Amino acid sequence: MSTINNDTFFAIARVQADYARCIDDDRLEEWPSFFLESCLYKITSAASHREGYEASVVFANSRGMLTDRITALREANIYERQAYRHILGMPSILGEEAQGVRTETPFMVARIMLDGTTDLFATGRYLDVWDIGSNTPKLAERLVVCDSSRFDTLLAIPL
Amino acid sequence: MAQSADYALSPMQPPHWQGDGVTRIPYWTFQRDDVYALEQTHIFQGPSWHYLCLEADLPEPGDFYTTAVGDAPVVVTRDADGEIYAFENRCAHRGALICLDAKGKGRKDFACVYHAWTYDLKGKLTGVAFQKGIKGKGGMPPEFKIAEHGPRQLKIARLHGLVFGSFSPDAPDFKNWLGPEIEPRIGRVLAGRKPVVLGRYTQELPNNWKLYVENVKDSYHASILHLFFTTFELNRLSQKGAIVVDETGGHHISYSAIDRKTSSAGGEYAQQNLRSDSKYRLQDPSLLQGFNEFGDDITLQILSVFPTFILQQIQNCIAIRQVVPRAPGRTDLNWTILGFETDTPEQRLTRLKQANLVGPAGFISMEDGCVGGFVQRGVKAAPGERAVLQMGGSTAESSESRVTEASIRGFWKAWRAQTGI
Repeated sequence: MSTINNDTFFAIARVQADYARCIDDDRLEEWPSFFLESCLYKITSAASHREGYEASVVFANSRGMLTDRITALREANIYERQAYRHILGMPSILGEEAQGVRTETPFMVARIMLDGTTDLFATGRYLDVWDIGSNTPKLAERLVVCDSSRFDTLLAIPL
Repeated sequence: MAQSADYALSPMQPPHWQGDGVTRIPYWTFQRDDVYALEQTHIFQGPSWHYLCLEADLPEPGDFYTTAVGDAPVVVTRDADGEIYAFENRCAHRGALICLDAKGKGRKDFACVYHAWTYDLKGKLTGVAFQKGIKGKGGMPPEFKIAEHGPRQLKIARLHGLVFGSFSPDAPDFKNWLGPEIEPRIGRVLAGRKPVVLGRYTQELPNNWKLYVENVKDSYHASILHLFFTTFELNRLSQKGAIVVDETGGHHISYSAIDRKTSSAGGEYAQQNLRSDSKYRLQDPSLLQGFNEFGDDITLQILSVFPTFILQQIQNCIAIRQVVPRAPGRTDLNWTILGFETDTPEQRLTRLKQANLVGPAGFISMEDGCVGGFVQRGVKAAPGERAVLQMGGSTAESSESRVTEASIRGFWKAWRAQTGI
């Protein structure tokens, strides 16, 4: 167990819960605010992560790119109405480095389509680096590593 | 082999295709098990060429990579002689998979886990466990000849780092198969440089494989279905373009290029740059700040080789898409995102950003992964009804207009020729 205190753990766990609720409540416009202005967000697979592949299904290295993704979802892209339900595990604190506190958090996401069809959409883990400089921890980095390298035909809403 | 094909074919009676044209496509072609089975024998096992992998996936002797040609699982290897071989991933004994790994290195042979029948890297059977029995008892009869058994081997063709294979000894010469128009356009993207795999994933399409291939060849839908570029007013330059359909109809190229005539000095380009009447702007426009990779003005080139290979250049996003049918209503789309050894760090970063344009979360392709499913669901109760493919006429010829369905008609022309339907 790392020496990082429980206040930090608690603060990160709180933000994680807010993050999941933000997406599941369809308040996607607020989603980029969980990240630093200069950040890294990727959705990839465990196999690609293991392999060291740089390219991913989603890639953003600025908060602006995250905002653009939401604007595109709202204004440009055409897809069937749907919602997610995130179930997160407890963050495991892996250590602290210059960039921030490194954590790993398992997730499961169910997807609910307009007609009520509910599927287990994705399972995986968040590999995060948290900036804890201010009151609320912010994501400097979030790698969404899905367990499977098979993706549903549509991954519109962020994980 | 001929016997098993006959067996597979005998119970099939696909419905009659009305007329001899390709302007009406019956929906049963996307639904029926017998049509699916016939495609497997006539197209995927037939005299067509199928993309297997990249040479870069097998850089050294002893490397192997598993892939699929339609329903058939396939192992691709590089043997000690430096050559590439491929064989069906099916033990000659009782049919189990020979190789269970997705890929690997340093192989001298493959041993089936079931009864340890052993194969060399060419897919030739080299050993049968306990062939002579134990202490003179059991074992194979003397008339059993190892040389007479083995999984089916594929013919191999290589082009600009791509590896294609065919199960059929009757497959035409690969260059003839491609024809004169396709090869140089593959070369434009891949020739003379070493690709680096930047990413790989599989997108699960909820539809028949042909609905995806139709979408790839459909130059009519692009500006209607995909609103990403127009919403953010990213089509700053006037574009010209064309589609090329090869003689068989099965292969195609669709491209867009900057039109210098209308976008030169002080014209539309400058004006559009200043326009600010749209509500939406990219906050981070670096997504589309690419580099001139090809020394020409072509910003988009989508190329397909019948039946299921696609090479894509969308700005600096280069990808291979391999379409693998899984069932009449289910298809795997295997994406391989490419960079090149000569990429600078900045160019590499551009490719990672532009990978956002494609795949299940792609700004301009997320709709493509869904429309096939919309059709599959829409036509469920209408196998006897037919799609209308008359945009741009009734033939399958190259065209300077992209408001045409000529390359989709070309696909059906080739499909009908191969399946005999």
